This record gives sequence, structure tokens and C-alpha cells, in this order.
Amino acid sequence: MCQDCGCGDVNIVPVDVHEKILAKNDSVAAHNRSHLRGAGVLCVNLMGSPGAGKTAVLEATARAASSALAIGAIAGDLATDNDARRLKAAGIEAMPVNTGSMCHLDADLVHRALHHFDLKDLDLLVIENVGNLVCPAVYDLGQALNVVALAVTEGEDKPLKYPTMFAKADLVLLTKTDLLPHLPNVRLEAVHDAISRVMPRPRIIQFSANDGTGVELWLDWLQANRPVAEVLV
Amino acid sequence: MHEYSVIQSLVDSVEAQVAQHPGAAVKRLRVSIGELSGVDTTLLASAYEVFRGGTICEGALLEIVPVRARWTCKNCGREIPKGEVLRCQPCDAEAKLAGGDEIILDQVELEVQ
Repeated sequence: MCQDCGCGDVNIVPVDVHEKILAKNDSVAAHNRSHLRGAGVLCVNLMGSPGAGKTAVLEATARAASSALAIGAIAGDLATDNDARRLKAAGIEAMPVNTGSMCHLDADLVHRALHHFDLKDLDLLVIENVGNLVCPAVYDLGQALNVVALAVTEGEDKPLKYPTMFAKADLVLLTKTDLLPHLPNVRLEAVHDAISRVMPRPRIIQFSANDGTGVELWLDWLQANRPVAEVLV
Repeated sequence: MHEYSVIQSLVDSVEAQVAQHPGAAVKRLRVSIGELSGVDTTLLASAYEVFRGGTICEGALLEIVPVRARWTCKNCGREIPKGEVLRCQPCDAEAKLAGGDEIILDQVELEVQ
């Protein structure tokens, strides 16, 4: 009630907040990041459309890296553990996370999945996000780097249609390049041009899991970005 | 559609604010949503209408302030228009996002008895 005159009016009080709505998620993500960095593990959030070739990228990575890189993966999907089974068969320690109807992974799901890994045994942890070119970009998971897998079959202007994810990307893996001879309407220079209009520091590796194109460049990029493990006192 | 998850987090944030003002009713919320935040303002408004029933926000209007994406040169600060290559040609410097990725609860209006 109005305190000034006793008229019976209620008081409307504006409270300035200015807080991130996803602050709780960001706080769990910071916790994840701290654990991963402390263990010297490079954590990559691998995003892209369904069918962009994310799982195939990881299979090719494991084949090429062999024992040079101990790889773990959190495989996010709405349903099935098919991707996790493929990754395990490729020698990757993989943990499936089914999100049900949720279109993205969040930091808490990743946090719980992290408990299934012995981080000291890993060099690289890839979070294979739910196949979706919109929602996963919204949630920080605690990754060090964002990588977007974009298949040449998706067309030249896909980055222009989905700018948010590319604006946050550190690297684009342009996948399925072995199919280019069959795609007369897809010009690589047009794809690069589209990426340069939505990604401030465009870094693109042309990649084919089938013929091995770009795998060495990708491995070099991963090695160059590995953190130095904190010295335990 | 992650807008439902965002609304869930929004309601949690509002609950935390109201906890500091016992007995207050929430009448209005104002949020800022950036063009490059990944959140669709129309879907967010729909999700809020579906979700607010039975929560502390049941009687509260949601005002959504859209914020356009602004890319500027890291060096000279010149704005780089939407659709252009995100590089300042005169400076040969990359662009940075100067605004447009926010998902922020700006203000809560409370009715205090």
C-alpha cells in the first residue's frame, strides 16, 4: 500500500537487474572450463546441421591421430546412442547424451557427462552437439573452441542463413569435399565469401572423411590449440 | 526450440529477484534480445505465454527489446554494415561484435503492498 498518504494504491517498484538470463548455465560452463583447462584437456564444441558429417570427422580424426592424441567425446543426440557406438568403434572414449526433445546440450548435461571421463587420460574432448545450426550456439558448455562442420552439400549460402553459429565459430570444417565434382552449383569461393560475411576471423579447413583431405591440417590446428596442463604442486 | 529453456531460466531469475522482496507481485519484465543471440523474439514471446501460467510470472507482461547486431572495426571503430565482409578494408583489421548477442533481463516491475 502507498506509504505516503494511505490512499490504498499499491506501489510499483522497478528493479533494475541487467543480468544474463542464462547466467546459471554460464556459471556451470565456467566450472567445466576450469576443470578441463586444469587437466590440460582441449575441449571443442563441434556443431553443425544433422548430417553435416560431425561423427565422420571424429572417426577420421581418430584414424589419423592414432596414439598421438587420446580422444574422448560426448555425443549429443535427441535419441539413440548410434553416434557414440560409432565413435567407440573408432577408438574414441565416447559417452552418449540423449536430450529427448531438447535441441541442444547445456552446461549441466556436459558437467554430468564429464564425470564419466578420467580427464587425466585425455588430450582432447570433443562435444559433438545435437545436429542443429541454431540452438547449440546459444549455450556455453565450457569448451575452449567452437568448430562448425558445414557440408558442401548444404549449399553456398548456408552461413548467411544461420549467422549466429558462424559468428561464434573459431573454425569451419567444410566437409564432404570429395562430393564437389558432383555438385556443379556449389562453388568453393562462394562458400568462403559467405563465411567471411558472418565470421569475423574466417578460418576454414576443407575436409573429407572419405579421402582424408584436410585431416592433417585439422590435427595440426588441434595440436596448436592444446592447453598446457597446469603444474600440480 | 530452445526458447522454452530460455523462458525457464528467465522465470528462475525473476524468482531470485522476488525472493529479495517478500510478498511482491511481478507485473512486468523487460528483456533485451540480440539479433545474433540465437533467440527468436517471436518464439520467445509464444513460449512465455505458454509457460508463465502457474509461475511467479503468471500476471506479468513481457516486454522484449530487440537489439540489432553491430559489427565494428577492432581498430578504428567504424561500423561494418550488415552483409559486408567482416573486415575493415582501410585498417585491414577484423570486426568485432559491438552489440547484438545479448540475452538479458533488464528490469522487473514489482507491485509491493
